[in-house]
Amino acid sequence: MNFPILSILILLPMVGVALIMMLNRENQWVIKGTAMAVALVEFVLSLYLWFGFNSETAAMQFTEQYSWFPSYGISYLVGLDGISLLLVLLTTFITPICILACWEDVQDKVKEFMICLLFLETGMIGVFVALDLFLFYVFWEVMLIPMYLLIGVWGNPARKIYAAVKFFIFTMVGSLLMLVAILVLYFYNHKVTGVYTFDLLKLYGLQIPFEMQFWMFLAFGLAFAIKVPMFPVHTWLPDAHTEAPTVGSVILAAVLLKMGTYGFLRFNMPLFPEAGWYFVPLFAILAIIGIIYGALVSLVQVDLKRLVAFSSVSHLGFVMLGLFSYNMAGVQGGIIQMINHGLSTGALFLIVGMVYERRHTRMIADFGGLSKVMPIFATIFMIVTLSSIGLPGLNGFVGEFLILLGAFKANMAYGIVAASGVIFAAAYMLWMFQRVMFGVVDNEKNQNLKDLSTREIVVLLPVLLFIVWIGVYPNTFLDKTKASSANFVAMMEKAKTTKVATADVIMKGAQR
Amino acid sequence: MINYIWLVPVFPLIGFLINGLFGKRMSKHTVSIVGPGSVGLSFAWVLGVFWEYINLPANAKPVEVVIYNWITAGTFNAQAAFLVDPLSLVMLMVVSGVGFLIHIYSVGYMHDDPGFARFFSYLNLFIVNMLILVMANNFLLMFVGWEGVGLCSYLLIGYWYEKQSASDAGKKAFVVNRIGDFGFLVGIFLIFWTFGTVNFREVFGQAAGYPVGDAIITIITLCLFVGATGKSAQIPLYTWLPDAMEGPTPVSALIHAATMVTAGVYMVARCSALYVMAPVSMTVVAVVGLGTAILAASIGLAQNDIKRVLAYSTVSQLGYMFLACGVGAFVAGIFHLMTHAFFKALLFLGSGSVIHGMHGEQDMRKMGYLKGKMPITYAVMLVGTLAIAGIFPFAGFFSKDEILFKALVDGHVGYWAIASLGALMTAFYMFRLIFMTFYGEKRWDPHVHPHESPPVMTIPLIILAILSAVGGFVGIPLLHGWNVFHEFLSPSIAHVAGPEVHHAMSFELIMMFVSMGVAGVGIFLAYKFYIKQPELPEQVTAKVPGVYDLIYNKYYVDELYDATVVEPIRNGSVFLWKEADSKVVDGAINGTASLVERLSAIIRKLETGYVQNYALGILIGVAVITGYYLGR
Repeated sequence: MNFPILSILILLPMVGVALIMMLNRENQWVIKGTAMAVALVEFVLSLYLWFGFNSETAAMQFTEQYSWFPSYGISYLVGLDGISLLLVLLTTFITPICILACWEDVQDKVKEFMICLLFLETGMIGVFVALDLFLFYVFWEVMLIPMYLLIGVWGNPARKIYAAVKFFIFTMVGSLLMLVAILVLYFYNHKVTGVYTFDLLKLYGLQIPFEMQFWMFLAFGLAFAIKVPMFPVHTWLPDAHTEAPTVGSVILAAVLLKMGTYGFLRFNMPLFPEAGWYFVPLFAILAIIGIIYGALVSLVQVDLKRLVAFSSVSHLGFVMLGLFSYNMAGVQGGIIQMINHGLSTGALFLIVGMVYERRHTRMIADFGGLSKVMPIFATIFMIVTLSSIGLPGLNGFVGEFLILLGAFKANMAYGIVAASGVIFAAAYMLWMFQRVMFGVVDNEKNQNLKDLSTREIVVLLPVLLFIVWIGVYPNTFLDKTKASSANFVAMMEKAKTTKVATADVIMKGAQR
Repeated sequence: MINYIWLVPVFPLIGFLINGLFGKRMSKHTVSIVGPGSVGLSFAWVLGVFWEYINLPANAKPVEVVIYNWITAGTFNAQAAFLVDPLSLVMLMVVSGVGFLIHIYSVGYMHDDPGFARFFSYLNLFIVNMLILVMANNFLLMFVGWEGVGLCSYLLIGYWYEKQSASDAGKKAFVVNRIGDFGFLVGIFLIFWTFGTVNFREVFGQAAGYPVGDAIITIITLCLFVGATGKSAQIPLYTWLPDAMEGPTPVSALIHAATMVTAGVYMVARCSALYVMAPVSMTVVAVVGLGTAILAASIGLAQNDIKRVLAYSTVSQLGYMFLACGVGAFVAGIFHLMTHAFFKALLFLGSGSVIHGMHGEQDMRKMGYLKGKMPITYAVMLVGTLAIAGIFPFAGFFSKDEILFKALVDGHVGYWAIASLGALMTAFYMFRLIFMTFYGEKRWDPHVHPHESPPVMTIPLIILAILSAVGGFVGIPLLHGWNVFHEFLSPSIAHVAGPEVHHAMSFELIMMFVSMGVAGVGIFLAYKFYIKQPELPEQVTAKVPGVYDLIYNKYYVDELYDATVVEPIRNGSVFLWKEADSKVVDGAINGTASLVERLSAIIRKLETGYVQNYALGILIGVAVITGYYLGR
């Protein structure tokens, strides 16, 4: 396949950025229209990946390689497997939805806002398809800038700078350690093989001593764990989510957090598999703490956005637990749950944004009885809430069930403790829903709220479609990730046996 | 028709979509054709399937209809597939049949409600999920229906969502059920990793190869039973059901009496092949069932809200069904499930008719003397009461008697004695209800003008009354060979290993008279307390105030749960948020940041901006370095 589809997908939003730069900032509609058109074309083009994808193989597909700094072994290498396929599609799917969602919301600096969004899309797709560690790092960092601006410029005036800086510094701390680890890996590879390369697929085969893996896993792991975010490095998330503009929160939740979980799956575990086994207890327990802790803290939140943010900590805990179970059910469940979380939590942020636009408050106590005045809104909100709770028949259940099934196999205690999270999820979501939607309309300001406009319904309908689709017929998506997941599980299984050998060596070393 | 069995849930699904999406723009007339009509079609289809099934050759039974592979990951596979066997057919007929009658009744009962279409769309959605629950051929699809009915229960309990108590009750029902579902879910994990499949027939087939009393099967069955205690309102998770009476009365009849709450009994009977392998679990099921039966019956003695009496009665009757399962009489449990569906739906709908006629009044202390005002309602409720009290030849007599008898011959004299005491209480509280509601003096508020309900409500009542009167004859326990129900169901049910206990027919007859006598005592006491000497109840409660308060306040179990579970979790969460998250975790991070800031502030002082200072620094540096090298 010689059609450079991935490069086109990476570059097209940048073309959009260039176009918008040339437009007059007074013509807001033209700017929005251009951005929308670019995002839609991007989405349609990305469908080429879906239909052209061969789900029988775990090999990278649609690969492109051009040398970049040949003397340093740096190349522009991109490719896609079942894991990245779904995440790329989620990105191209959610971007036009975001542009439509902020159609009326964003009045200030529309031009720059749209530039940021499209720029962000390039960065996100780049992260998911880069197969060269250097290239990956570039995209990883590049993507920080537009997000930082989205929060810092269009955020909530009171605390936006604090939130933006916190977001930036947190991510940077992790990234720097990762950069060091990438370089160590790069030089170690040269020492062993005599070749300088950042090519991930070549580095996969490298045998790294356990002591080295130990530190490398931690260095990469911290960068990704911050992004996920895992307990206890999650505290940037509630602030970033709360202060960001609606679509900032949506993209943050739907796509950016997935970079962390994706990073574990693509880099940490395959590159350092023995350490991957060694760290299962630590990361699985942190994931479980995240599940329960996130749910409990959500229970008592008074701010809608913060509640949804903490629920993300809980949901992403499920994803991490699934990945660290290293079996098919857990890994496939983890991947599908990344998509599910993107859809459900993305939709929740859209929904919170819609009431925020009407009332300019996010406090749960300011609402009550909205079902009466906004019946369409109430129905959609209910479905999304149920999806987030993991009601069978909707998407969330498929992911949670497979993850728990996998975790249960890996370690019965993990599975049982994590499964108790489903009780808390019902409690915090339904209590929130009750306080916002049920009861009598006791606040005068809520009495004349308008129900959803056609535009808002159009924003939410595509998400609902997939919420139901994944719930009723998940095999459409599970099929795509099957081969890649099986390959990953096999790779980890192989390392399980060598892990014993390495451990023996250490034991003997200790005896000497 | 059997190959198109999937149409059975699809009809009400279409009804749900039509009423849910377009109901607001349709006339009430159309809504009331679509809603009940879709369930009627399902019922008709079920009857067709039933006829086809009983004419199938034995080797073609049971039938599995696979629709598609639902979730596939690694070795795990769960199908969207239906199992048609005697057990699912009985459940299908009860659900669609009773469901259909209650839909029709609702047309009258909900007629003036502004949310008419919303009500019917929820009710249809409930039927869809309930049908999936009883038709599923595997544990995971059953779980879909299981949680789905829970959702509809939540939506319908909180149907009048502007009422705080209603939305609270809905939420409570959902969350308490989730606690049970957690056990169910763990049970499914164990089943899959033990047997490598979640398909009922494959699991049961493999389980037969395990030794009786095997630990893993015991744990699995206990986990599943945790799920059953949630859905079927057994100790310790029964507290949601009485609160669920906040929903409209047809909902109480359909979901919280006739169908959904029996799902736990259905599940245990469906898994009879697993339970017979686990004697410990059987004992747990029997003891929990018996305990719930007697506990709830005792609470029912002192309630004044007509629906609450029936709610505690339901909890108690479900306990009897579990007792039956626990002593290995699964068929008797399902038999009682069916007759209970008839007479309890009847009683709830009858109470709805009373409430309707009394303009929403539910307190029996403000009723009385309604016999002449609502003759049809009175007559049908009397039939229902005779049935639940276990008077020959009404339906409840046969099923309850079978349970008591099976408990006795199984060697559990204690079970029998306690269950009989419960039966006495049942007869007492039910006749108390009848006497307080229909007899005695008028105690209505002056503005209330009681009237009989319209035919759209009374006709379903009459049909249910007929079923409650004669429904028991399909399973006459006495005449062996005539017990059609038992023979039909037996292919679906596993039997406890061991020799068949034979007993004299005369013994069985004697026990029948004993249980009739027990019921008679209960009825007599109610008559004495509420007709003969109406001052007696107050005198008795005055004598034992502590006991009365305890029962009247439902043993303070809700308060206990609030104090020991709900409040600690809420306070703990606030602590986690305000202290752990904001101060410790985030505090450490902000602390690091401000430490850096403070250090920088110190270092910044060196950066004065004066060239002289820098020059001085350079000079000192040069001096120190030269000094170091010279001195070496």
